[in-house]
Amino acid sequence: MSLNTQLIRSLKAPARPVWEEPPSKAGLTAKGAFLVLCCLGVLGPLWIVIVTSLSPKPVIDQVGGLVVIPQGITFVNYTELLSGGQVSRAIMVSVGVTLFGTLFSMTVSVLAAYGLSRPGSLGHRLFLMAIMATMFFGAGLIPTYLLVQSLGLTDTYLSLILPSAVSVFNILVLRAFFMGISPELTESARIDGASELRILLTIIMPLSRAVLAVISLFYAVGYWSAWFNASIYLSDQEMMPLQNVLIQLVQKNTEAPTGLQQAVRTGQLSALGLQMAVMVLALIPVAVASPFVQRHFKKGMLTGAIKG
Amino acid sequence: MSITAGSRPDGTRPPAAVEEPRAAVAAATVKESAPRRVVKAGKVPFRVRWRRDRALILMTLPVIVLLLLFNYVPLLGNVVAFQEYDPYVSSNGITAVSHSPWVGVEQFSRMFDDPLFWSATKNTIVLFVLQLVLFFPVPIALALVINSVIRPRVRAVAQAIMYLPHFFSWVLVVTVFQQILGGAGIIAQTLEEHGWSGFDLMTDADLFKYLVTAQAVWKDAGWGIIVFLAALSAVSTDLYEAAAMDGAGRWRRMWHVTLPALRPVIALLLVLRVGDALSVGFEQFLLQRYAVGAGASEVLDTYVWNVGIQNGDFSYAAAVGLAKGLIGVCLVLGANKFAHLLGEQGVYKK
Repeated sequence: MSLNTQLIRSLKAPARPVWEEPPSKAGLTAKGAFLVLCCLGVLGPLWIVIVTSLSPKPVIDQVGGLVVIPQGITFVNYTELLSGGQVSRAIMVSVGVTLFGTLFSMTVSVLAAYGLSRPGSLGHRLFLMAIMATMFFGAGLIPTYLLVQSLGLTDTYLSLILPSAVSVFNILVLRAFFMGISPELTESARIDGASELRILLTIIMPLSRAVLAVISLFYAVGYWSAWFNASIYLSDQEMMPLQNVLIQLVQKNTEAPTGLQQAVRTGQLSALGLQMAVMVLALIPVAVASPFVQRHFKKGMLTGAIKG
Repeated sequence: MSITAGSRPDGTRPPAAVEEPRAAVAAATVKESAPRRVVKAGKVPFRVRWRRDRALILMTLPVIVLLLLFNYVPLLGNVVAFQEYDPYVSSNGITAVSHSPWVGVEQFSRMFDDPLFWSATKNTIVLFVLQLVLFFPVPIALALVINSVIRPRVRAVAQAIMYLPHFFSWVLVVTVFQQILGGAGIIAQTLEEHGWSGFDLMTDADLFKYLVTAQAVWKDAGWGIIVFLAALSAVSTDLYEAAAMDGAGRWRRMWHVTLPALRPVIALLLVLRVGDALSVGFEQFLLQRYAVGAGASEVLDTYVWNVGIQNGDFSYAAAVGLAKGLIGVCLVLGANKFAHLLGEQGVYKK
């Protein structure tokens, strides 16, 4: 047997330790069935939502609700939603808040994580304790609300970003990762006269791309999914982000987004199809982004879990 | 006990200085220039440390300021729990605190006589127990199954799919469930087509607690496996091999090698969960309040929201929130103590 075929064979059938007995047929089937079931449980509902959002009105009417088997595909729901009006505006708001919020959160978190990454530096213990202590107590909804109100942040987009800008857990994960980078690297740069900021930008950050990607995703998902702050701090309907519009559509039984209600009433568009399309629009960014960062999850979480 | 530099007979520096070569150098220099002064070993003068570390402090400052403003200042704001807070007494919310009358613990005694508060507490505890029993073991079981799959491709795909719902917002999760299990949902339709009577899980107050647990499992069980898989990948294969040599079969190896390896992680997560017992979820319940009614869906967090933000009874809501927070801290400390008793590390060390 040539080395090549040997290699191919070892790739096809992963190495099994000699001491382990070969899996039984029943065990293998049960395991496979279990995993397939789990995956279907996740993907099934998503499939139904996507298919319904892509179905033309007659099909939705004929089925009388959600569509499972696609019959004819139309993008009319999406083109209507995205051609201006409440949902388009909400998407702009959500994208804006997510971009600026993530940028702000990442900036302060990376700075703090680096600032805290050298044990024994002045104030290290005090700052670390002050930060970690906030993991154990929450200030409470009411005082926070009163504070945001008296700072004059209500009805501004800042109220969606500032109160929840810092995640202590994320800072600790970043810090653990930075501390894992060999100190000789930074030490030599320091001897050459590099400032701390320069070390962070040119040495530390390029080396920690994986964890930076994961933490950015965490922050971005947080901002994208948030609706509660908007619901208590904003009163202007025009400022509402996408998740809040989705709640109004589905929970409070408003049939269709403003601007499209006429089309629904006259029977041109299906309210259900529109609602499902808004849902798909709300889940697309995270569903697209997370697989790219996925391979870093374990690494990122591990550094946090072990050294945090 | 303070050790002065050079107090050891062999002239070595105390261990504290070894960790920090710069500190040791600085200490030595200080000692040379002022030999009479007693300098604590390994301790660098404040001025030197400030010059050395000010950049780091400056970098940490933005987060400290944010946390001070949005975590520590509101902590002080909890004083309104001891007042009859009136937001209209002054133009600004903060100055209104100093103008509002003090009422002592009246808000708290009101809490004890409030049946709605007790109903919210009961719901919270019931949900916590359900989550502990029905949710907590799921990621462990999933991790064990995935870990026993050897093909990397299958593992990767299964994990990728199971992680996905963690990144969906609660709004999405609740909406998906409503469209599928609700009164106009897909299951109800199918049942009606076959002549069964109406079926609406989303508005059934009795089944609500199972529904929210199922939602939590759907959303986060897949995500929960990460930490267990990480712990499992750290187990040395030597242990398995040795166990196999001693004649342990598949199940015995799982019982005696795999599960003990997970023990510290399980203990840690259990401590965290118990510490968070009174926060069973907030957005999830707020979103479904309209569907099932407050009787079944009201937990402590939503009760605070309802009383404070909706009805404007800030002082009473703050009192409930404060009581919840204090009990929460006690639970963390207690659970951690318990973990120590069991010989586990818990959240922080002894």
